[in-house]
Amino acid sequence: MSDFVNGFWNWYVILIVLVSVIACAVFLWSQSIHRPSEGAVATTGHVWDETLEEYNNPLPKWWSWLFYITVVFSLVYAVLYPTLGNFQGVLGWSSAGQHKAEVDKVDAQVKPLFDKYLKMDLKAVAADKEGVEMGKRLYLTYCMQCHGSDARGAKGFPNLTDSDWLWGGEPAQIVETIANGRNGMMPAYGGNPEAIGGEAGAKEVANYVRSMSGLPSDSLLAGKGKAKFEAVCSACHGADGKGMTALGAPNLIDKTWLYGSSEAVIVQTIVNGRNNKMPAWQEFLGEGKVHLLSAYVLSLTTGAAAK
Amino acid sequence: MSETQSTYNYKVVRQFAVMTVIWGIVGMLVGVIIAAQLVWPELNLGFLHFGRLRPLHTNAVIFAFGGCALFATSYYVVQRTCHTRIFSDGLAAFTFWGWQLVILLAAITLPLGYTQGKEYAELEWPIDILITLVWVSYAIVFFGTIIKRKVSHIYVANWFFGGFILAVAVLHLVNSAAIPVSFTKSYSAYAGVQDAMIQWWYGHNAVGFFLTAGFLGMMYYFVPKQAGRPVYSYRLSVVHFWALIFTYMWAGPHHLHYTALPDWTQSVGMIFSLILLAPSWGGMINGIMTMSGAWNKLRDDPILKFLITSLSFYGMSTFEGPMMAIKTVNALSHYTDWTVGHVHSGALGWVAMVSIGSIYYLLPRLFGKPEMHSVKLITVHFWVATIGVVLYIASMWIAGVMQGLMWRAVNADGTLTYSFVEAVKGSYPFWAIRFLGGLLFLSGMLIMAFNMFKTIAGGKSVNAPVLVPAGHHA
Repeated sequence: MSDFVNGFWNWYVILIVLVSVIACAVFLWSQSIHRPSEGAVATTGHVWDETLEEYNNPLPKWWSWLFYITVVFSLVYAVLYPTLGNFQGVLGWSSAGQHKAEVDKVDAQVKPLFDKYLKMDLKAVAADKEGVEMGKRLYLTYCMQCHGSDARGAKGFPNLTDSDWLWGGEPAQIVETIANGRNGMMPAYGGNPEAIGGEAGAKEVANYVRSMSGLPSDSLLAGKGKAKFEAVCSACHGADGKGMTALGAPNLIDKTWLYGSSEAVIVQTIVNGRNNKMPAWQEFLGEGKVHLLSAYVLSLTTGAAAK
Repeated sequence: MSETQSTYNYKVVRQFAVMTVIWGIVGMLVGVIIAAQLVWPELNLGFLHFGRLRPLHTNAVIFAFGGCALFATSYYVVQRTCHTRIFSDGLAAFTFWGWQLVILLAAITLPLGYTQGKEYAELEWPIDILITLVWVSYAIVFFGTIIKRKVSHIYVANWFFGGFILAVAVLHLVNSAAIPVSFTKSYSAYAGVQDAMIQWWYGHNAVGFFLTAGFLGMMYYFVPKQAGRPVYSYRLSVVHFWALIFTYMWAGPHHLHYTALPDWTQSVGMIFSLILLAPSWGGMINGIMTMSGAWNKLRDDPILKFLITSLSFYGMSTFEGPMMAIKTVNALSHYTDWTVGHVHSGALGWVAMVSIGSIYYLLPRLFGKPEMHSVKLITVHFWVATIGVVLYIASMWIAGVMQGLMWRAVNADGTLTYSFVEAVKGSYPFWAIRFLGGLLFLSGMLIMAFNMFKTIAGGKSVNAPVLVPAGHHA
């Protein structure tokens, strides 16, 4: 695709670049032809501020040659590589082409390796030392930014080593999570602010949620919150608070908290809702890498890498 | 003729010269703090973290320290080499107070997070307008003085100061064009890759004109003055001046190698960066060759030591720059600490050292003293600063090349050998050395401040009489 809206700009760039490069050399040449007469070098005859004078030494030859060489190099470069507008250069090089060639070369090199693991069952890869090592290296490139280099996650980013799964820990579920991503969405007030009763009601529900996992709570508020929880929250989290994997609705009684367990944070979660996103990787990484990454994640809780 | 017209206006020079040292300490202190934050991340306290303080550091050292040094020296040089008092004392005073206000506003707004997000041009639009007013006044004062000069020829230092003032005006206006949405927020007038290109056209020319042409102007006055020798070659100064200001304007795209910028644009930036090598070196040759016949003075004149060492660093970083602009070299160096090292070899080695030497030259003359309070302390400052720069640059070279090599290392299975954080971990020792180098350089500035205040305390403000041009020059 052309970088120019019309042909004029193409020729404008070509001309102005060529003229400018050549002008440097012409200017240098025009200033080099005045050779001084023999004998001692004189000053220009001007004096400023009592003592400031200038000798009129000629341009150092080595310096002029350095200048000419850079100009010649530039012109040669402009013929060989894309420099002059739409002209691609006689070598046909492009940065996108170079990138593609390098990626293709590596892909061809490693394809047999990835194919070997793709043929294996995910659990078998997770038990394979080399497969897990490879998965870990991929993890450290693509996943650690959010889930951490120890895979223990951070606030808002799930811990992958705790056997607690939002979207399920079966091999197929892990592959699905990595390949196509997940959208975790908790609506504000569970989508029903009236039933919850505003922030005051959210506080009651928060106390009930805390009581469900044995955290200190105000029993009076928790009592009021129970009914509201069962009316609104249980639709996704279940009346028992154990959540629902198909919706990515967290289990609330497993003592694992993605955003925090304090009353204030839970109230915040209820009042504002939560939006969380695991990006889809299939298109970017391809099946082979997703397979190995899934195996590594699986291995964190079940396989060779599990503590 | 009134009394004021028969003397040079040294007041504005004094003000800017003193503030050069003060802002130098402030800017470099912030630099040392952010260097420490990289070594000890727990020092990132509240909103005073690396992300907020880094632009404060760059703005303070470039525009506060470097800017005040340029104002001070250009006002001094243009008056003395034009043999006339400055054009408009009032406007000159406005440039001083206006510029200090810009710096103060930068020091408040940048830590609070008000930013246009453009490197070296972070300040929000109301401050940009104030900068424009100050800069236009600066141009009127400077060129007004040139116009009323009592000599026919314009001295070479003034070409460089003039080129710097004009180019920075154009750069600032084009790059800072933005659409305000509130008093403290605006959006760039450009989008996408065009915005990036404008940003680096500005960014590289901030280096080329603010940090190079301006300081070459400084060099062309203070080196021959301090050495007591004529400039080596008038011819060379003509050629390298025009070639430098013409070529720099093209070099910006080398900051955007291997990005969404079209290949041809990157190539144009690269070839002009290479062509820039000789014009840049022209200034170094002219400065250093001016010393021929006077090399013995270098032994016991610490001001000359500063000036000549600055030219050596200038030559080194203007060789390094074109090399780093070559695409294949850039593929390794880009985004690494090598770039940071390169910038500081220019900023500390060249810009700061030539400024320090020039300010040491100026202070006794501005305060009616034969020399600085302690010449010995200038020598101490010189060695502390030089060791500091060398530690800084060497550690960043090693760290940068190491980072580049670690990032591109690939295993047999196509995966990366090192995760990003491993390169961070490997950089720690070098960041510690860099912190030490920066600390040394800052200590040198503190020595300078002590020396300066002692000199001022024992002296009194003087305004030298305007000199009649020599002989047939009038």
